[in-house]
Amino acid sequence: MTTLRIRDAVKRYPNGVEAVKGVSVDVGDGELVVFVGPSGCGKSTLLRMVAGLEEVTEGEIELSGRVVNALEPADRNIAMVFQNYALYPHMTVRGNLAYGLRNRGTPKPEIAAKVEEAARMLQIAEFLDRRPSQLSGGQRQRVAMGRAIVRDPAIFLFDEPLSNLDAKLRNQMRLEIKKLQRRLGRAAIYVTHDQVEAMTLADRIVVLNGGRIEQVGTPTEVYSRPASTFVASFIGAPPMNLVDAQLDDDGLQVAGQVVAHDSAHRGPVTLGIRPERAHLVAGGAGLDIEVAVVEELGAHRLIHAHLGGHEVTVAQSADEPVPAGRMVLSFRPEDLHLFDRGTGVRI
Amino acid sequence: MKKAQFNSRWMPYALLMPQMAIIGIFFLWPAAEAIRSSFYLEDPFFGTGTFVGFENYSNVLTDPNYRRSAVFTAAFTLTVVFVSLGLGLLFAVSADRVLRGQQTYKTLLMWVYAIAPPVAGLIGVMLFDQHIGPLTDAAAAIGWNLQIGVDYWDTAVAITVVSAWKQIPYNFIFFLSALQSIPSSVKEAAAIDCRSETRRFWTVTFPLLAPMTFFLMILNTTYALFETFGTVDLMVQDQPGNSPVTLVYKVYRDGFRGNDLGGSAAQSVILMVLVLVLTIAQFRLIERRVHYS
Ligand SMILES: Nc1ncnc2c1ncn2[C@@H]1O[C@H](COP(=O)(O)OP(=O)(O)OP(=O)(O)O)[C@@H](O)[C@H]1O
Ligand SMILES: [Mg+2]
Repeated sequence: MTTLRIRDAVKRYPNGVEAVKGVSVDVGDGELVVFVGPSGCGKSTLLRMVAGLEEVTEGEIELSGRVVNALEPADRNIAMVFQNYALYPHMTVRGNLAYGLRNRGTPKPEIAAKVEEAARMLQIAEFLDRRPSQLSGGQRQRVAMGRAIVRDPAIFLFDEPLSNLDAKLRNQMRLEIKKLQRRLGRAAIYVTHDQVEAMTLADRIVVLNGGRIEQVGTPTEVYSRPASTFVASFIGAPPMNLVDAQLDDDGLQVAGQVVAHDSAHRGPVTLGIRPERAHLVAGGAGLDIEVAVVEELGAHRLIHAHLGGHEVTVAQSADEPVPAGRMVLSFRPEDLHLFDRGTGVRI
Repeated sequence: MKKAQFNSRWMPYALLMPQMAIIGIFFLWPAAEAIRSSFYLEDPFFGTGTFVGFENYSNVLTDPNYRRSAVFTAAFTLTVVFVSLGLGLLFAVSADRVLRGQQTYKTLLMWVYAIAPPVAGLIGVMLFDQHIGPLTDAAAAIGWNLQIGVDYWDTAVAITVVSAWKQIPYNFIFFLSALQSIPSSVKEAAAIDCRSETRRFWTVTFPLLAPMTFFLMILNTTYALFETFGTVDLMVQDQPGNSPVTLVYKVYRDGFRGNDLGGSAAQSVILMVLVLVLTIAQFRLIERRVHYS
């Protein structure tokens, strides 16, 4: 079953900006879908269209089998967690959690029970009588989550909920959000521009660029078979190496060297290889390369090398000997990605 | 903070002198003089006085005219504060809603604020003018013969309306800026949590405006009590005898028209105590405002 269906959604703002240019996505029951993309790509806009906070210019939003385009946010059975938490400053934590339920006429004992349960789940029970101003950022974040949980919505909407937290807390909360979502078994959309968050959280990733979908797929699919150079360079850290190349009858021409390749495609291409899938060896088959800079990162290291006019990054374990000077870049043929040079689309 | 070092230990006091002198000459001395006079029966023509103790105070407090004026002032102040705050808030809420896309409405309402208060007062008075006032004409059309400065109630209505009217743009601007400083995500969270817009206003928006409302309430009370002198003076049109007047106006009338300097001084001391109480209340409330942020 599908919880949410977005059909050809278009959003044009009154000032003429087209933030979303025809997007279709489904979110299955209990599925966590991450919208990821660079700043301004329209991911918040799309999320807010689902929430009912932005009007849908064209297309349809279907939630639990009914079109909700014309429904008020309060009638959509959704819950949203905002980047800046958006807690009600004049209410206690308890008041914040209970507010939505009170407005829906939920009986008092039931409200109290739900609030207690959410508070226990999120370990905020001891703060229930404090105001948001008396809480730390992480605690406020939990309250915002609690406010979403007590509504028991059909779908959770998260708009960069962790970006105001420090790195350590962010990793911890990320895991917790995933656990909570699994435990509640509800569908969720999670918006972020952080590809690590996207990879770790998502059942499916939707990569957006300039108001359009670049690729939809599981984290593994998106990582191992990026649909375009955009996705290739956006997902994975450090990003995939992209090098201009030419496919002809001899194979792949790269920076004046030739590598055997069995593709039937001919013409200019962009060659992609992930830093962690490339190896530096003293000799053998591969591309000749000149090591320039070595960055030690503890468990592993990054080697920046020159391949013709291109800079190529290779990641290797710190156990391996430190490479220097002229080396050979070796790789398995199946780890090469080829993209059309003009359109950037995967070949 | 860095400590500045002076060559002479008298230097700081010398630098403070001008400010102290101003406070002394314009605030402390008149206040002291008022307190002193309030215990004397002053002869306005020869400047001699007889010490009468609390007689001026007991005269004032038992005077039915004073009580009438006090009751009017209280009712007047409450009405002005309530009406001008209410309408200011109403306009601000409408402007806040309209703002998406157009600035015009806001600018129109702001213009009124740019008019100097005495001019606004004069315009208000003209609206009620016996001969050319459109409001007087309008009242006449429904059979109400408005007689400003002659009829007690008509004058009371006119003073109240003009005083409240002058204060609306001021309240409007403060309320509008308070409304716009509510984070949009809080409003959006409320839109998800509560379907009724009215209920949302009273449970989220209005409580968030409460600190501003308190603050404006104090400001408007002070305004209604003390700064409406000019409006009252224009409205009663030299016939303050049976017209409604505020306590501040009565101080002036009894002192300068009635030549009862001692009684007038006693009245102003009573007002000073009132201001003191209001100021303390104001500081308390401003301190309380802080805790929301
Ligand atoms: N209210 C608005 N009026 C006009 N244009 C808008 C409005 N809100 C957003 N936009 C534009 O729409 C585009 C998408 O904005 P959106 O907020 O969805 O980006 P985003 O992907 O969430 O970016 P970020 O990661 O920075 O939050 C941007 O180009 C933005 O300038
Ligand atoms: Mg955004």
